[in-house]
Amino acid sequence: MAKDHKKEKSKLHPAYLEKTPTGITGLDEITEGGIPKGRPTLICGQAGCGKTLMSLEFIVRGAMEFNEPGVFMAFEEKASELAVNVASLGFDLEKLQADKKLRIDYVHIDRAEIEETGEYNLEGLFIRLGYAIDAVNAKRVVLDTLENLFSGLSNQAILRAELRRLFQWLKEKGVTAVITGERGDGKSLTRQGLEEYVSDCVILLDHRVINQISTRRLRIIKYRGSIHGTNEYPFLIDEEGISVLPITSLKLEKEVSSERVSSGIPALDHMLGGKGFFKGSSILVSGTAGTGKTSIAAYFAEEACRRKEKCIYFAFEESPKQIIRNMKSINVDLQKYVEKGLLKFIASRPTLYGLEMHLVAMYKIIKKFKPSTVILDPITNLVTVGNVSEVKSMLIRLIDFLQEEQVTVMFTALSLNTIVNEQTDEGVSSLVDAWLLVRDIEFNGERNRGMYIMKSRGMKHSNQVREFIITDKGLDLVEVYLGPEGVLTGSAREAQKLQEATGEVLRDFAVGSKDRELIRKRKVLEAKISNLQMEFESAEEELNKMYQEDQLVKQVANKTRQEITNLRRGTGADDKEVKK
Amino acid sequence: MTPKAKAYELRLYVAGNTAKSVTALANLKKYCEEHLKGQYKIEVIDLLVQPQLAEGDQIFAIPTLVRKVPEPIRKIIGDLSNEEKVLVGLNIRPA
Repeated sequence: MAKDHKKEKSKLHPAYLEKTPTGITGLDEITEGGIPKGRPTLICGQAGCGKTLMSLEFIVRGAMEFNEPGVFMAFEEKASELAVNVASLGFDLEKLQADKKLRIDYVHIDRAEIEETGEYNLEGLFIRLGYAIDAVNAKRVVLDTLENLFSGLSNQAILRAELRRLFQWLKEKGVTAVITGERGDGKSLTRQGLEEYVSDCVILLDHRVINQISTRRLRIIKYRGSIHGTNEYPFLIDEEGISVLPITSLKLEKEVSSERVSSGIPALDHMLGGKGFFKGSSILVSGTAGTGKTSIAAYFAEEACRRKEKCIYFAFEESPKQIIRNMKSINVDLQKYVEKGLLKFIASRPTLYGLEMHLVAMYKIIKKFKPSTVILDPITNLVTVGNVSEVKSMLIRLIDFLQEEQVTVMFTALSLNTIVNEQTDEGVSSLVDAWLLVRDIEFNGERNRGMYIMKSRGMKHSNQVREFIITDKGLDLVEVYLGPEGVLTGSAREAQKLQEATGEVLRDFAVGSKDRELIRKRKVLEAKISNLQMEFESAEEELNKMYQEDQLVKQVANKTRQEITNLRRGTGADDKEVKK
Repeated sequence: MTPKAKAYELRLYVAGNTAKSVTALANLKKYCEEHLKGQYKIEVIDLLVQPQLAEGDQIFAIPTLVRKVPEPIRKIIGDLSNEEKVLVGLNIRPA
């Protein structure tokens, strides 16, 4: 949306201010494209704040990256001195000069050998500059430091008139010029009031020492006809030149991801709805000393590397070797990922430089290495360099930047007291997306670790306190025991478990004996039943026997009676035969 | 003006035929004739014609008079209207 808007604007106004990119990291972002094209820009600041370097980098970047040759007119240092000064930044001035991309003209002004008499002008300077510009077909010009003219010449009226003419002349030439000027006492930006002549763009450099730590800062005081960042931006001079960090983006319109990344601890993922953290979110792990914050961070780093993603581990307390060794004891081998180039350790003492410098340094390395995961361990130590509000503002900007880059970040923070605060000491808890709290649970003469999730934006998460155990096999979370006596952890939990197990065995045993009793009873009963059956059978048989006897007796009696009857009739045997 | 063994070799840098340059040259010739008759040589360099020469003598103001010989090199800038200053500057007259 914003981009469309801009395009529209430029269509409506064809005379939209054209800009020349400086090529200096970050500066073009603050100025939204660079310094005004074809116009002079003033860079001012105290001695040693980097004016010459910045102007020289403008020329060198122009020659190397934008194919715009430049002229560097030096009033302070000779060409050879300049070449030596910037050789450490990888700028080869000699070669650029040989390639006709750069021309350095050293203007030597020595009051001792100059006598002034009568009217003069600076036409000689114009001619030299013009000649140099034509020699390389320059698009960029630097005058460093023009004010040296004032120390060499005494006729201020002439100088001022000539300077005005010079700037006009530069504009006519159509070159983009950078003029450096030393900051004067009092309110004026430069000793000689050069800002009067350069009305288009003024950049102020500053070099401040607070608490014995120096920070360089840059501010755009004026930029006619253009939007620009108005804040003070820290900048860094390192082996790659100047980097400015445009740190506060005002908008909160970053891309968000609903992708999840594992924390490396399955049980913890389980607490976070089973999937882990959101990608590109910020996670804070806070706790008192020795609660395993670094271990959690190392697990997270290892998990990222296992997914073959890059990770940067900023260590402010321990050296990389120390961390690698210590983590080996919990079965986390970080060395192998370091060797593979997936994991990068950046260890620095917080007091090495100012907070802003830390931020710029991190910003640079993150831009370069492009990690998916960043770990800061611990942020608490940064407080030694700045106060709480400064640390907070730095972390806000860091989180901001990381979210823009879709980098997941994990901070560890040491809480100084054992009482759980609603806020961490750095006051960042409101900024982060997820906050894990690791705390000591002291009970029964031993110390155990408990972990819970204070917050986790945008996902279902467990509200339970888990016991967090660190063994030589790794980290794990176990359910704390919630018994009639409250929450039990550590050996108390184990004891309770044991007690429960004993109870179970006893119960099992009791159940067993009852079963056997039952079987026995049944057997007895069955025996009784068969006994009774036998009795019944014998009784029945007895009865049967009596019945049969009765029958027999009856038959016999019948037969006997028949025979007796026959005998009475006297038929004897014949009757018998007839009957048959 | 004998061409050999000049004690003073002077160079005057100008840029075109401006009023200042003309004045400066006229002034210079006058002083030399007065004080250095026969021991000097004046070379006038027009930077509009030969801009590449400006760097060598570290010229930034116009007009500039450079005393090449005798050493050390001295420079006088301006239209040379102050005779006293020019003579002191050229070490013709002790300050």
